[in-house]
Amino acid sequence: MPVEIPVEQWPGRVIEETLGATPAEGGTRSRVVKVGGENTLPFMLTDGEMPNPPRIAIEILDQRPKDWSPLLLEAWGDVVDDPAKWAKAAEEAGADLVLLQLSLTRDGGKPTTAADAKALTRAVLQATGLPILVFGPGQVDADNELLVAVAEEAAGERIVLGICEEKNYRTIVAAALANGHLVNGRTAMDVNLAKQLNILIADMGLPLDRIIMDPTTASLGYGIEYGYSVMERLRLAALQGDKMTQLPMLVTPGFEAWRQKEAKVGEGVPASWGDWRQRAVLWETLTATNLILSGADIVVLRHPETVKRVRAFIDRMMAK
Amino acid sequence: MALTGLQIYKLLPQTNCKECGFPTCLAFAMKLAAKQAELSACPYVSEEAKAQLDAASAPPIRLVVVEGPGHKVEAGNETVIFRHEKTFYHPPGLFLRVKDSWPLEQVKGAAKEAMDYIVTYVGMNLHLDGVAVESASGNPEAFAAAVKAVREVTDRPLILMASDPAVLKAGLAAADGTRPLLYAATAENWQAVAEVAKAANVPVAVRADSLDGLADLTEKVKGVGIQDIVLDPGVRDPAGTLVTLTHLRRLALKKNFRPLGFPIITFPGEGASDVIEEAQLAAEHIAKYAGFIVLDRFAPEMAYALLAWRVNIYTNPQEPIKVQPGVYEINNPTADSPVMITTNFSITYFSVANEVDGSGLPGWLLVADAEGMSVLTAWAAGKFDAEKIAKTVKTTGIEEKINHRKLIIPGAVAVLMGEVEEELPGWQILVGPREAVDLPGYLKLWKSF
Ligand code: SF4
Repeated sequence: MPVEIPVEQWPGRVIEETLGATPAEGGTRSRVVKVGGENTLPFMLTDGEMPNPPRIAIEILDQRPKDWSPLLLEAWGDVVDDPAKWAKAAEEAGADLVLLQLSLTRDGGKPTTAADAKALTRAVLQATGLPILVFGPGQVDADNELLVAVAEEAAGERIVLGICEEKNYRTIVAAALANGHLVNGRTAMDVNLAKQLNILIADMGLPLDRIIMDPTTASLGYGIEYGYSVMERLRLAALQGDKMTQLPMLVTPGFEAWRQKEAKVGEGVPASWGDWRQRAVLWETLTATNLILSGADIVVLRHPETVKRVRAFIDRMMAK
Repeated sequence: MALTGLQIYKLLPQTNCKECGFPTCLAFAMKLAAKQAELSACPYVSEEAKAQLDAASAPPIRLVVVEGPGHKVEAGNETVIFRHEKTFYHPPGLFLRVKDSWPLEQVKGAAKEAMDYIVTYVGMNLHLDGVAVESASGNPEAFAAAVKAVREVTDRPLILMASDPAVLKAGLAAADGTRPLLYAATAENWQAVAEVAKAANVPVAVRADSLDGLADLTEKVKGVGIQDIVLDPGVRDPAGTLVTLTHLRRLALKKNFRPLGFPIITFPGEGASDVIEEAQLAAEHIAKYAGFIVLDRFAPEMAYALLAWRVNIYTNPQEPIKVQPGVYEINNPTADSPVMITTNFSITYFSVANEVDGSGLPGWLLVADAEGMSVLTAWAAGKFDAEKIAKTVKTTGIEEKINHRKLIIPGAVAVLMGEVEEELPGWQILVGPREAVDLPGYLKLWKSF
């Protein structure tokens, strides 16, 4: 019995964005990374095309992490004391992108200064040829001060500045406009909030192909279904032709999974949770895999083994 | 797919005799379409029309049930492609495969380990659903012995896997008193396998490597009089599985294509080389449209992750899982035990309660009615503000239970501290940790605050 394959062609397409700039383009990156561009649901390559696979960013901190799981510290070893070495190790671990996360304070509790942020950004840019993202500590005043400095230091490199939220988007977007960067616009898990922020950012004159949307997410077992469905809805809206949702999506499964006990700790948990090492990697891996299935274009990860697992899955999904 | 009122009207006698209680056949047809009347109210409807109307009202994906004395799995009857459109209803059954070529002790051991496994997640006890026994030997006695061995350690449902109908028959005899799924009828053996399934009145899976072949098979098997069918489209790699299962879901729901309107069985282990990879494939199948999932590997951490993911994906998006607001006693608190407050989103509540419980320290946990939102979401939405916190403190009667006036609020809403102090005169407001996991350490120091 001949069965007609139910192909679904969509009128809309996600914008393709370029992260990083090579010397020819005014930067110093050894290559650029393109994200987005799909006109189909994730991996439905019978319906349309995905010119770029979902990309993996590895998160590094500006100093030895204070509250990270011992498993992560063990996996990275001494490089966590030096962001430049860590960036290099991240590149070697198979990252497409390196995300530098700035902290509120430096050694001894002194606030991170604009000069610190510039030096850190410079060091990471020198250590890796990959395009980078730089995220502020997540406190409005500090973010404004540090990210403006970062944007200036990295002028022309097409880095991604984050986190750009409703309360501080003006400063961050202005810095991106002035220095040729992109922004990562984060909203609470909600379709309309995400759209609204994109509109506000675009109204300031930043072209849509320099906005990434970050609808916030949650870990496996801790509300991931909200993030999953918000991303599915945003992506369906984009494919149906809603311009203000046609942006690549970034989420942080590494951060979300590793703050949960399932990944973070090995003691004082039920025996039914099984082997800690494997559980931790599984928790981050499945969180990321599931979010990729709902439309993530960039996943930010923490453990090198997770990077391998997620990469292998993406490769299999993209294989012709 | 449901018929419209006009389509139904064409199948009615069109005599307007009013015996159904409606003034005209058309009015009755409209009520039928709206599911506000029963066809049996019309005494004159023809058998043929009845059959057509029944077929049209059948769900687009048939509900298939497999059952053991102690547990049952229902798969199918799904109505949407994306969970946000309504909800997914029947979580896929998770089975572990054992083979009759293994020593019986190994069969028993593997089945027992997987079937005894229980994990508590947000107050629910989760477990796998059953065992798939595969005939690798091709020998009916060996297969029957393996089925018996499995039944000694579990009363959950079985999937019997063999290509030889005689082997399946032997397995069925050993599975007497249960309703297993037979796997599988193919282009080569479908007639004999369908007859075995029909005689035993059990569901049967069909396997073909193309959707054309699959539709041929289901029509043939239906022709024998079997309704309960499960599909195996033969794909094993994650990309092909996603695409094919999505096509099957679309065909059933959007095209109302009856020959493929059945739940689907998958074998993630056949496309994976270790536990983590198998878990990734199984997670994809849970999200994207499997009805039965046969695992080849068991590890507690893998089972926990998949069971939690299955609950997450099959949670009704219209109804956040909430717990009752009020005061919860943990580890027999006394008048001088700490008082904490959180929201009634079940994941939030259980994260906090589990940490306090695990710390061994007594505490009073106040749960505010935040409409089932987590702390930060509720705060952003104005459902967990100083007023709500104060109201919860006052209405739960906690003040009569304790001899101090210290309240710990979640670190994520530290900004509320001043306002809560204003709303609750006489209380000292303490800012707790941001993450539940840091509560035990915090509570150890509580006396010094
Ligand atoms: S009882 Fe049947 S024939 Fe009579 S009016 Fe109702 S629908 Fe029409």
